[in-house]
Amino acid sequence: MNDLAAAKPRPAIDACELRRAFPIYRNNPGLVFLDSGASAQKPASVIDGVAEFYRRDYANVHRGVYQLSQRSTDAFEAAREATRAFLNAGDANEIVFTRGATESINLVAQSWGPAFVAAGDEIIVSELEHHSNFVPWQMLCERVGARLRVAPIGSDGGFDLAAFEAMLGPRTKMVAVTHVSNVSGAILPVERITGLAHAQGARVLVDGCQAVPRMPVDVRAIGCDFYAFSGHKAYGPSGIGVLWGRYDLLAAMPPWQTGGGMITLVTPEHTEFQDPPHRFEAGTPDISGAAGLKLALDFIEGLGRQAIRDHEEDLTGYAIDRLSRIPDLSLVAAGQRRLSVLSFNLAGIHPHDVGTVLDQHGVAVRVGHHCAQPLMDRLGVAGTVRASLGVYNDRDDIDALAAAVEACREMFSR
Amino acid sequence: MSIDLRDLYQDIILDHGRHPRNFRPIAHPTHTAKGHNPLCGDRVTIYLTLDGDRIADVSFEGRGCAISTASSSLMTEVLKGRTLAEAQALFAQFHAKVTGGEVHALPEALEEDGERLEPLTGVKAYPARVKCATLPWHAFEAALKGGAAEPVKTE
Repeated sequence: MNDLAAAKPRPAIDACELRRAFPIYRNNPGLVFLDSGASAQKPASVIDGVAEFYRRDYANVHRGVYQLSQRSTDAFEAAREATRAFLNAGDANEIVFTRGATESINLVAQSWGPAFVAAGDEIIVSELEHHSNFVPWQMLCERVGARLRVAPIGSDGGFDLAAFEAMLGPRTKMVAVTHVSNVSGAILPVERITGLAHAQGARVLVDGCQAVPRMPVDVRAIGCDFYAFSGHKAYGPSGIGVLWGRYDLLAAMPPWQTGGGMITLVTPEHTEFQDPPHRFEAGTPDISGAAGLKLALDFIEGLGRQAIRDHEEDLTGYAIDRLSRIPDLSLVAAGQRRLSVLSFNLAGIHPHDVGTVLDQHGVAVRVGHHCAQPLMDRLGVAGTVRASLGVYNDRDDIDALAAAVEACREMFSR
Repeated sequence: MSIDLRDLYQDIILDHGRHPRNFRPIAHPTHTAKGHNPLCGDRVTIYLTLDGDRIADVSFEGRGCAISTASSSLMTEVLKGRTLAEAQALFAQFHAKVTGGEVHALPEALEEDGERLEPLTGVKAYPARVKCATLPWHAFEAALKGGAAEPVKTE
């Protein structure tokens, strides 16, 4: 980046211009899409690129001796390398392709879990977790007789590092936390969490679903042991996800699902398994999904992750300011650092009613518990209204949201 | 404000949503059941006291959106004093109206009650919200069937 660009007062992303790269906007004029936290829209480069891959280079991978299969394999493995570079991982063999972050976390909970967690051990998750980073650990604990502990949020809504530290001990075997909360947008201090956990000999898994599309992520700088994310939240296709794990840990983990593509030798008596990552990719993988994921990561890198973060931080600040002016609206607190996800409630109006009214104003938001029921209970609410940002959002979208919320208030106050 | 939304959130819906009638437990009900909409987390508990086949008392508790609360409230109002056969007829017509099924005319004695439920039928235009309106009725049915151990779900 040259000095001129660095000195620009406003973020370098022109969302209005960018929307032209997203066909969904062409086909839904006036759409105010504020639900990227659930799933992001796809740029034409991903949509067309996947179609083009099928047209030109598609065959099964790691199977054929023919050239087409080799080309398809090359594309699949190029996606693995692109993902490695994207996360700044040390080795492409540390990248396991899955169906999504949910499967990535289940893989660790079901393969690493029973091998390394025993009765009496403890696993810590945070109160901010999505069910996908909560339930797999709860089930593991039930299975092996371990104890699940929930690290609380502080009164400011942020991760309570001191309470977490007090919870850590020699029995802690795994700490599973989100990088960015899918409810409040709170950014967790994953580097510090990892440092504290490692000091007790615990492993750390970070759920990067909300972080990957909107901020630089460097797994080696974080220092964690596993990092999971979904392609579809990062402008990629649905059905592809990533588990990054430190190679020595993956190599010590037993296979999870078994079948074709993950073995070296099968006899009636015995099977030998491939090394990671193939050991964890039984069956024909989502080949076109991987190709699409690479294109999505290229799209993100093309914009620049710091530029995306700057853009969404700026917009987050604007949204907080705009929503805070609305009487009877309470924002879910998110501690000191928040990015791109805002949950709120209107006094006396159920989030589902708000969602329906907003929808009638063309504003797409998510309402409900956001797959985070433990957090909803902690906040004492049945659900929230959630607006979450993508690169294509701008201040006009926030203004439209605020206007629709005002209209909702007006209707229900009559 | 769009006209459509006014059809959904009519004054009577907002009134019953804010000030639900029969919103109380019954200490010793003859029948009870819980309803749960896992999609939005709405929960409702229906209490019934039957005298023979007549509904002597009916009430509800729970938390939910304006639609489900209003639907529960209006349901308890129309059901009180009705026979089970009359209750089933009211539910059948209401269900048909909100889901787009074939609507059969009610016996004359029930027409007025059927009309009282009419404001809720605006949900028909909002497929994601139909379950909010039908949840209390499903819980009512479950209560009659002896009250399932598990909450009746809309999913």
